[in-house]
Amino acid sequence: MPTAQNARQGTTRRGALKLLAALGVVGGALRSVAARAGVDTPNWPANAFHSKNQTDAVKALYGKDFTPSDKISLDVPEIAENGAVVPVALATTLPNVTSMSILVPENPFTIAASYTFPAGTAPSIACRLKMAKTSEVLALIESDGKLFSTTKTVKVTLGGCGG
Amino acid sequence: MPSTIRVRAIAGGTSTEVQSLIQHPMDSGFIKDSTGKLIPPHYIEELVFEHAGKKVLTAFWGPAVSKDPYIKFSFQGGKKGDELKISWTDNLGKSDSLTAKIG
Repeated sequence: MPTAQNARQGTTRRGALKLLAALGVVGGALRSVAARAGVDTPNWPANAFHSKNQTDAVKALYGKDFTPSDKISLDVPEIAENGAVVPVALATTLPNVTSMSILVPENPFTIAASYTFPAGTAPSIACRLKMAKTSEVLALIESDGKLFSTTKTVKVTLGGCGG
Repeated sequence: MPSTIRVRAIAGGTSTEVQSLIQHPMDSGFIKDSTGKLIPPHYIEELVFEHAGKKVLTAFWGPAVSKDPYIKFSFQGGKKGDELKISWTDNLGKSDSLTAKIG
């Protein structure tokens, strides 16, 4: 019957299209993996740095929850006129610090920087970050294997990530 | 070619304070050039400081670190004349390194 045949053809065509689309997706994924594999620094935690929200970023970087601590000092400007250069200083009196990270949840990618501290290096760091817009800055510190945090908000007048 | 890395490491008592400035565009991938085309991401992913064959700091950076990045930290030990090695690698596979003397 003509209708049944049409329907069958339609299905086949849809099937073929789906298959093509799937191949395209897989091909694209393989290409991007291949393109990345050759360049990313082996130790660089790519999954964490590609995270676009705080929950995923913290999970990918540390795989554990954090608790606020008053033993962390996070020094950031209250107002940053230029979001392209926001000075950040982070220090702590917590013992046995192995890692310190700075996250900017309102940026396109959440993690800005993550530092690994061998024994003997003072748990204190200063650097300069870009901020797309007004955001909380979340500092995470791993001490004795546990994760601690503190936050401060920076008001950004002119974003630093471009339009 | 002059190095992209500038560093000042000063030994003081029991620890050494390190300040470093690196020349790098740190392009985020979100900024357009004058013709309206997006400038592709180009940023340092890993920066390592080594003293006496031992890593004293590893920095992992994303595109949110400012252009021409600055970093300051300090580590226990290190004396005047010791060597401090600094090396970075970016997301395009480029790299640079420098061995400086602690002052």
